[in-house]
Amino acid sequence: MKEFFAMGGYAWFVWPSYLLTFLAVIANIVIARRSLAAAQAEARRRLAIAGEEG
Amino acid sequence: MDWTWFHRLASPPHVYRIAGTLTPWFAWPAGLLIVAALYGGLVLAPPDYQQGDGFRIIYVHAPTAWLSVMIYTTMAVAAAIGLIWRMKVAHAAAASCAGIGAWFTAASLVTGMLWGKPMWGTYWVWDPRLTAQLILLFLYLGYMGLRAGIEDTARADRASAVLAIVGVVNVPIIRFSVDWWNSIHQAPSVMKMDRPSMPADMLVPLLLMLLGFTLYFFAVLLVRLRAEILRRERSASWLREALSA
Repeated sequence: MKEFFAMGGYAWFVWPSYLLTFLAVIANIVIARRSLAAAQAEARRRLAIAGEEG
Repeated sequence: MDWTWFHRLASPPHVYRIAGTLTPWFAWPAGLLIVAALYGGLVLAPPDYQQGDGFRIIYVHAPTAWLSVMIYTTMAVAAAIGLIWRMKVAHAAAASCAGIGAWFTAASLVTGMLWGKPMWGTYWVWDPRLTAQLILLFLYLGYMGLRAGIEDTARADRASAVLAIVGVVNVPIIRFSVDWWNSIHQAPSVMKMDRPSMPADMLVPLLLMLLGFTLYFFAVLLVRLRAEILRRERSASWLREALSA
């Protein structure tokens, strides 16, 4: 296990690469989902206003 | 020829609904492929005879670099469709691509630097491939800045579409830079005309990772596209329909 994490002496380069890549992967999931939730909330708000006027 | 499918593709409520249905069909296979590729790349694949375990950076560098150009091409094609057929949904798709593309271009640059340091002895050189990739990042940022700077959505769509289409010349430059110029960057080992120059236990995880990242991109794009369509849509009747479903 210790050998696995050492990556043959390249640990300092291999693990940060993976960490940063999966940071980008997770960040984009979070950004997309938040953006959709915000747009849905905003659309509901607009509909509520339209409903009051109509 | 029956063109109704094309017209339905242009209909925002239809695309909103279809995108929601399709998202899990991209997301789950993407997740499974990426997990399998991680195990294959980090555990099963043997160390490289020259680069030892350092070569394993390829399993994150190649997919992020692939996404950076694939997303740009998708964005430019969507922008062109939006411009030519005045299709709002296509403009919305192009706008949804930029943010994702910028993230993965940055990731490809950083993972490339982390691979370059132990193998070339330097994090950065002004090499044709590396420079063209940096220009790609600036194209994404310029595209996003241009959109953010124009209040009117229709004008922002047209102006940013022109930028996206002009910038697409950078894609073949990135692709062929290692052949056209004397580059420090290694030549492709997978995407070339003859057989890939890699043994199967190294190659298979890489192919799984490339496919997984591609499906992942479309899943994220579909979610962002739905948000973008909702933000643009003013018709109360279909908003009510979309939100109730």
